[in-house]
Amino acid sequence: MVQYSTARLDASFAALSDATRRGVLEQLGRADASITDLAETFHMTLTGMKKHVGVLEQAGFVTTEKVGRVRTCRLGLRRLEEEAAWIEAYRQLWDARFDALDNLVEELKRKEKDDGG
Amino acid sequence: MEGKPVPMKNPTTVERTSERELVVTRTFNAPARIVFKAWTTPELFMRWWVPKSMGVPLLSCSMDVRAGGTYRLEFGQDASNSMAFFGKYLDVTPNARLVWTNEESEDGAVTTVTFEEKDGKTLLTLHELYPSKEAFDANSGAEGGMPEQFEQLDELLVTLGAGGA
Repeated sequence: MVQYSTARLDASFAALSDATRRGVLEQLGRADASITDLAETFHMTLTGMKKHVGVLEQAGFVTTEKVGRVRTCRLGLRRLEEEAAWIEAYRQLWDARFDALDNLVEELKRKEKDDGG
Repeated sequence: MEGKPVPMKNPTTVERTSERELVVTRTFNAPARIVFKAWTTPELFMRWWVPKSMGVPLLSCSMDVRAGGTYRLEFGQDASNSMAFFGKYLDVTPNARLVWTNEESEDGAVTTVTFEEKDGKTLLTLHELYPSKEAFDANSGAEGGMPEQFEQLDELLVTLGAGGA
């Protein structure tokens, strides 16, 4: 049971609620692209595309890197998946610890009762 | 307690609340003083912090549980091949709150554990705050240091589930 903060989920859903942005993700799934490329593909102004990419970047779906005058966009999804996997592994570690702690706590409770505490 | 584990197991949740923070929560069916004792008594702490078959035994544990006091945990197969985790307590409020530093690396988090008792049960909240996003990523995230231990977790969970007492 991985839980993300609500703010993060809101950002994700907001980012995906727009058809152009979903198209951009699809496009980046095939190949990395510059903002200029994307603007051309989606028949948009550079400024308009920058905004869309900004929203996707905020939500963690896309990462961008500026080399010289070109800003290249690539899919950030993998990082999200890796993070989710890591958090789940981390949760399992704590869950295992806490199961062991549960056993100990039960033992301490019994002991306290026996001692008339 | 033979056979099946406790019927109503309380869930453990983990939430990344910001790019440099993690929060872990779990409820225990016992008063806060008992749970707190298990966190602050070395002999007891050693019995649960590293569940049995994690594969990396806890060799030693020392704790001077008071504000400014230090702690040190050593893991490893033997003393010549061990790894230490250490730091100091920043705040100790009996049965309610523990705050400590993790100083084995420069990027170590500050860990805050609170114990909130209600109707004889204790809600435990563990909060880890890293100095920066980079520190979080270096210590945990996908690039993090612990995956080898995690690989043994499936096995570990099976053992714990089947082992009973």
